[in-house]
Amino acid sequence: MSTATHSRGMFGLALRRFRRHRLALGSAAALAVLAVLAVAAPLVEAALGVDSGVVDLFNRFAPATAAHPLGTDELGRDVLVRLLYGGRVSLLVGLVTALAAAVIGTTVGLIAGFYGGRVDGLLMRFTDGVIALPLLPLLIVLAALDLEKVGLPAAFVQSENVSLYRIIAIVAVVGWTTVARLVRGAALTLREADFVLAAHAQGAGALRIMAVHILPNLISPIIVATTLSVGSVILLESVLSFLGLGIQPPIPSWGNLLTNAQELIWTAPALAFYPGILIFVTVIAFNFLGDGLQDALDPKAMEGR
Amino acid sequence: MTRFLATRVAQSVIVLALMSFAIYALIGLMPGDPIDLMISADPKMTPEDAARLRALYGVDKPVVERYANWLIAALGGDLGYSRLYAAPVLDVLLPALGNTLILLGLTLVLSLAIGLPAGVVAALRPYSRTDYAINLFAFAGISVPAFWLGLLLIIVFAVILGVLPAGGTETVGGAGFWDQAKYLVLPVANLTLASVGGHTRYMRAAMMETLRQDYIRTARAKGAGRARVVLGHALRNAMIPVVTIIALQFGYLFSGALITETIFAYPGMGKLIFDSIMGNDFNLALVALLFATLVTLVGNLLADVAYAWLDPRIAYR
Repeated sequence: MSTATHSRGMFGLALRRFRRHRLALGSAAALAVLAVLAVAAPLVEAALGVDSGVVDLFNRFAPATAAHPLGTDELGRDVLVRLLYGGRVSLLVGLVTALAAAVIGTTVGLIAGFYGGRVDGLLMRFTDGVIALPLLPLLIVLAALDLEKVGLPAAFVQSENVSLYRIIAIVAVVGWTTVARLVRGAALTLREADFVLAAHAQGAGALRIMAVHILPNLISPIIVATTLSVGSVILLESVLSFLGLGIQPPIPSWGNLLTNAQELIWTAPALAFYPGILIFVTVIAFNFLGDGLQDALDPKAMEGR
Repeated sequence: MTRFLATRVAQSVIVLALMSFAIYALIGLMPGDPIDLMISADPKMTPEDAARLRALYGVDKPVVERYANWLIAALGGDLGYSRLYAAPVLDVLLPALGNTLILLGLTLVLSLAIGLPAGVVAALRPYSRTDYAINLFAFAGISVPAFWLGLLLIIVFAVILGVLPAGGTETVGGAGFWDQAKYLVLPVANLTLASVGGHTRYMRAAMMETLRQDYIRTARAKGAGRARVVLGHALRNAMIPVVTIIALQFGYLFSGALITETIFAYPGMGKLIFDSIMGNDFNLALVALLFATLVTLVGNLLADVAYAWLDPRIAYR
C-alpha cells in the first residue's frame, strides 16, 4: 500500500517500467500526434486554402492534389480536413464518455465495496443485470428515443450538438460496469485494512474514508480500465454513427464519415478506407497504452519477464 | 448443484421480466406510435378520429397498464403481428434466429480453433518474438471496427476480386448447399476476425497464470516432459476461466452479429432488430430485443454452471 510520501517513488518506478514498453510508448506518441492534428484542424484547413463545409458538386471524387491531399468526397469536400474534424469529435466523445463512465463506475463500486452486505448485494446484482444486456441492440433503442417524450426541452432537442450529448450519455450509462466491479472488489479488501480501521477509530466519516483513504489506492486500476475503455467507446461511437444513430451530420465523426461508404464502395473505395484506418489506429493505440500502463502500474504483471 | 441452478435460473427470470418492462417502456418513448402509422396513410382522418382510435386500441393508457395487457397476451402465446413483414412475430423471428445461430456457431468453432492454440503458443514463450507477433494480431482483432473490416472484405473479395458475393444468403433461383455456403464465407470471416483476438488474449492470460502455479513446478520436478506438463496438467486448468469467458462472450458475439448481418444483408436476428427499430415495427422490435436478452442470459447462466462444474473449489451457493 502506498502512502502520499511514497507515491513519487511508486510512480517513478511505474514510469521506468512504462518506458520499457515500446508499443505503449509508440502508441502514446501516435495518439499525441493525432490529437494535435485534430485540434489544429482549422489551421490545416486554412493552410490548404479549402473550406470543408462548402459543397462543390463540380469537384466530386477529385483525385489527390496539392489543395486536396486525399482528394474530395461525394459532395466535393476535402477528405483530409473532414477526417481531422471527425477526429476532434471521435476523440472528444471517447475521452469524455470514458471519464463519465469511470466516475459512475467508481461511485457505484466504492459504495458497494465500502458498505458491503445488502447494499453491495443490491448494487452488484444491478451491475450483473446491466452486463447481461445485449449491448448494441440496447444502444440502438436508446439512440432512437424521442428526447421530447423523455421530457427534455424542445430547444435542446433541436440544437445541433444534441447527438453529441446523447451518444456520450447513452454509452456512459451502459459502460460503467467494468470499473464498478474492479473498484468494488478492491474496496471490499481495503475496508478491512488497518489504516481504514485507524481512520474509523479517529472518527472519520464514511465519505472522508472513501475519498481520502480508499480512493487514492484504487487510482492505478481505474486509470488502466479507463484507458482501455476509451478504445471500446470510440468503437461503439463509430458503429452507431455508421448506422446513422450516433453523431448526426453536418458534424463529422469517423463513424458517420463511413455512413455513405457502403453505397459508394464501387465508385470510391478509398473513401471507405481512411476513416476506418484512423479508428483502427486510435483504438489499438489506446489498447496498447492501457496494456502498457497495466504492466507499469501492477508489479505482479511483471513476473516472468 | 440443483439449488445453485435454481437460484441462478430464478435470477435470470427476474432480470428478463425487468428487461421486458424496460424495453416496453423504452419503445413507447420512440418517435411516433401505432396510431400515427395508421393515420399517416389516410388524409381524411381528423384529430378526433385519431384520439378515438387511441382510446379504442388503448394507446392512451398509462405505460404500466399497456405493459400488463401485453404481458398477459404474450404469456398466452400472442406476441403480436409484425408491421414490416405482415406476419405473426414468431414466424418472422424463428427463421432469423436459425440463421444467426448458424452464423454464430461457425464463427465460434473457427475462432476457438484459431484463438486457443495461438494463446497457448504465446503463453509458452512469453515476451518472445512469437508472443509479440501473436499479441499484435490479437490486439489488431480487438481494435478493428468490425463494420469497417466488413466493408474492406467486400471491397477486396466482391469488388476487386469478384470471387464472393457481397451480401445475401443465396443466388436467386440457384439454390443448393454450395451456393449458400459461398454467401456465408465473408460474414463468418468478418465475425471470426473480430472475435478471435479476444479468445487468444484470454487463453494466453489463463495459461500464463496456470504455468506459474506450484503444481506445474512439481510436475516438472518429477520429470514430466514439456508436452505432458502443458497438455496434461496446465491446459485443463487453464481452460476453466476460458470456458467461462467464452460462454459470457456469447452475448457480445450476438451484439457483433448485428453489425455483420447489417453489412452483409444477412437475414438474422441482428438485422431483424435493427430493421424493426428503424422501421417502427414495435411488436417485432420488442420481442426480438427480449430474445436477444434471453440468449445473453442463457450464455451467462451456462458460464456460471460451467464454472461451478469444472472447478470443484467453487461452492454451489
